[in-house]
Parts: sequence; C-alpha cells; structure tokens
Amino acid sequence: MVAILERSFRDHWGRVLAALIGFLGDFDLAEEAAQEAFAIAAERWPRDGVPANPGGWLVTTARNRAIDRVRRDRALAAKTRLLAVPEAEDDTMEETTFPDERLELAFTCCHPALAVDAQVALTLRTLGGLSTPEIARAFLVAEPTMAQRLVRAKRKIKAAGIPFRVPADHLLPDRLAGVLAVVYLIFNEGYGGGRRELAAEALRLGRGLAELMPDEPETHGLLAMMLLHEARREALFYGGDLVLLADQDRSLWNTAQIADGRAMLDRALALRGRGPYVVQAAIASLHADERRDWPEIAALYSELARLTDSAVVELSRAVAVAEADGPEAGLAIADRLALEDYRYLHSTRGELLRRLGRTDEAGEAYRRALALVHDDAERRLLERRLAELGAAADAELGREAS
Amino acid sequence: MKYMLLIHQGSTPTPGSDEWEALPDDEKGAVYAAYKALNETSGFTSGVQMQPPETATTVRVQDGRTLTTDGPFAELKEAIGGYCFFEADDLDAAIELASRIPAARMGGAIEVRPIVEW
Repeated sequence: MVAILERSFRDHWGRVLAALIGFLGDFDLAEEAAQEAFAIAAERWPRDGVPANPGGWLVTTARNRAIDRVRRDRALAAKTRLLAVPEAEDDTMEETTFPDERLELAFTCCHPALAVDAQVALTLRTLGGLSTPEIARAFLVAEPTMAQRLVRAKRKIKAAGIPFRVPADHLLPDRLAGVLAVVYLIFNEGYGGGRRELAAEALRLGRGLAELMPDEPETHGLLAMMLLHEARREALFYGGDLVLLADQDRSLWNTAQIADGRAMLDRALALRGRGPYVVQAAIASLHADERRDWPEIAALYSELARLTDSAVVELSRAVAVAEADGPEAGLAIADRLALEDYRYLHSTRGELLRRLGRTDEAGEAYRRALALVHDDAERRLLERRLAELGAAADAELGREAS
Repeated sequence: MKYMLLIHQGSTPTPGSDEWEALPDDEKGAVYAAYKALNETSGFTSGVQMQPPETATTVRVQDGRTLTTDGPFAELKEAIGGYCFFEADDLDAAIELASRIPAARMGGAIEVRPIVEW
C-alpha cells in the first residue's frame, strides 16, 4: 500500500498542484494545501480504499483545506486571487473533473525572468514533486541554499507578476524552447552525472510535455532524443568506467526504449519538425544503428551547427567527418575551433592524432584533456588512452630496434 | 500590476548629442515614432526627460555631514537616463512594452521593476 501511495502521489502531484495554483494564484498556499491533502490521503486511503478519481479527490480535498484556511485568515485571503471565497465542496465527491494546468505551471516555472538554476529547481519541485532535500542532493547544493533558491523564485513570481498561463502564439516558440531547455538540462545532469533519478524525472517531464503539446515537433524531438540516449545508458559504463559507443556491448541496449524513441522521432518528422531537438534525435537514432551511416551523421551535425551556431556541435561534426572521410579531415575541423578550455576538444584531438600516428602530439592533447577533467570515470578513460599510447609507442620502438 | 521601467541609456545616443545628430533621419524618425506609440499605449505613463548623467550630483550624509560628488551613483554608462510607468496584467506585458523602448535596441537596457501597492 505504501508503494502504491507513493507512486500515486508522484503521479498526481504536478497536476494537483497546478490546478491549485491556478485556483488560488499563490504557490505557497497551493503547496501547503496539496501537502495537507496528500497527508489526509495517506491516512484515509489505506482504510477506505483509493477513490475512483484520486486526482479529483486530491484537488477537491486540497481546495477545501485552502478555503478553510483563507476563511480563518483574512490576511491570507488578500494573498490569493479569491475575491469571494467559494463554498467548500463535499470531500467524498469523486466525480470532480479539474482542468489540467501543468502546461501553465511549466511556463511559469521556466519563465525567462527567472535565473536558469531557479527554473530547474522550481520545475523539479512543482511539476516533478521532488522534495527540496532531493533537489539539493541531485545538484550537489547545500539544502538551505536550495530552499533559499526556491523561496526567492516563488517570491519573484508573485512580486513581479510572472503570469500563470501558456504564452501567446508570438511568444510561444521562444518560451517553449526555454521549457524544453530546462528539461534537457535536468536530463543531462542525470545522464552525465550518473544520477538516474534526474534522468528518469526528465523523461517523465518530457513525456508530459509531448502529451500536452502534441502538435509541437520539438517536444517529441526532445523526448525522442532523451529516450534514445537513455536506452544506451546501461552500456555506457562498465564497472564504473566509461565505455565509448564503438566499444559498447549492444546487448545491454534497451531495444524497447530505442523503438519508443524512434516512434517519437517519426512523429516529430511527420509534423515537419527540423528544429535542434529533432535533429539531435535523428543523430541519436543513427548512432543506434548496427552500421553507423557516418556521412549522414556528419550532414546532420552540419545542420545542427547551422541551427545552434555552437562550436561544441562543430566538434561533434569533426568526429563524424573523421569517421566518414578519415582523421585528417576531422582534425582540420577540430583545429579551427576556439574551445581551448573544453576537455573534449583535447581528448578528440588526442584520438585523431593517435590514429594519424602522431603519437607525441596525441599524448600532449590527452594530457591537456586530463588537466581539465573533473569526473573520475572520464579521468580513468583518458589515463587508459594515454597508457595505450605509451604501449603503442614502446611497441613501435621495439619493432624499430629489432 | 504596476511597473516602473528604468531606462539605462548605455551607449544610446540622446537627442542633442553629436552621436544623435550623426544618426540618419529615418533612424531619428523611428525613435520619435516609437515614443509616440508608447505614449498612446493604454496603461503607459511617461516620466520626465532628464539631462545627461554627466550633469548628475550624488549626495551622501556621513556623520551628519553632507557629502557631494560629481556624477551619477552608478558608472556613467550604467546611469539611468529616464523612466516611465506601466500598468499591465503581468510581467509578459511589461517585458513586451520594455522591448519597444528605443534604448533597449540602441545599446542600452530597460530594468522592469514591480511597484509595491498598498
């Protein structure tokens, strides 16, 4: 029962909270009321059974608690958008339908007037239902710092009049990009940092957005890309060490998830999506093929570089071009990039130089990458490369000597 | 919601300066037209035009003594060049209005500040 309750709470939290914020116009009051309703559910559901419409039950109960509180406390009433306090409804009513306002909530939490780290924290707290300590742990931030970040963000929403609604059409493309960027950031934090719960949460959020905005190709593109990366995650590490794509054990790939991701990609393409997430999903899909089509991957990276004007994307293109046309061609692209402080520039150059037999320069590049690396798994991978380079050089010398 | 919009001139040429005179006529015309449209926007209240920040005097009181320094409190290029008020439903409307103030696209920036209402 406890497990069922926890799942149910997790599934309903975002929708219930969104409906309450829409109704009350106040984040704090809505959060308190939602928490109260979930506490009552934890007490009653095991005894009386789970209601037929748990979400409706939770919203009605939370709304009634909030109305009670506002009635008792006039100062609180001034905080809310309740001009006339409505009558409480019967708690036992299960038929109540309530609007799904998660999209409004997403656009509020990811409003560009909030700092990006606040957008991320707020999205996880409200839509994801993660607790403040959980978010603090996931981002390696002290709990009071994270709590303060959330308080400040909620205060700004209220004081600055950040709206609770889906933006008008002329603002939508930009603002949707902002929402998707937050979800992608959460995913990356989970995927790269090995924090599974964040990646899973990003997938949940991405799925929700794709459902709520079925006509927007980029929402499907983002979900497709996340699924296609997540599907290969088991194979990404071996005993805590990073494994490059070419060396991965494909039997560890989640084929169902790859199929799911490709179906999402097809949907995005059918909607004529050609945005950055759709292109990245298409690249991820090609990477999941048995034989990788490097010229096609290089062409897509070139398209992505045009869309994003990003040197990091150019570096990925350099890798694809190296596979398609040889390391020399890839190195020519990498050498043009102003990414001196980016460890992957140096590790990529190291790899390409090694293939060209320029061992000394390769070693130098790997050492520069090592100096910039923070992650232990990445460090071990680079050290392994460097050691292999030394062994290869020794073997070469040995051959020459004999 | 009521907002105050603080106009930071940055490198925006102000009427009367050499930089302003160097602007092509259609560019000057666009600035005047933008201000005319702002003034005709419902909820908009214009502030007064200020002399350039070089003319500012900054006043502090320390141990009961009034100290004055030449120039604005902020750096010259960060000084406030003007202000206006806007009454709107929400921040999105205020941001949209701010983006129509010429200084926002001419090297300056607009700070949108909600006003405390009692």
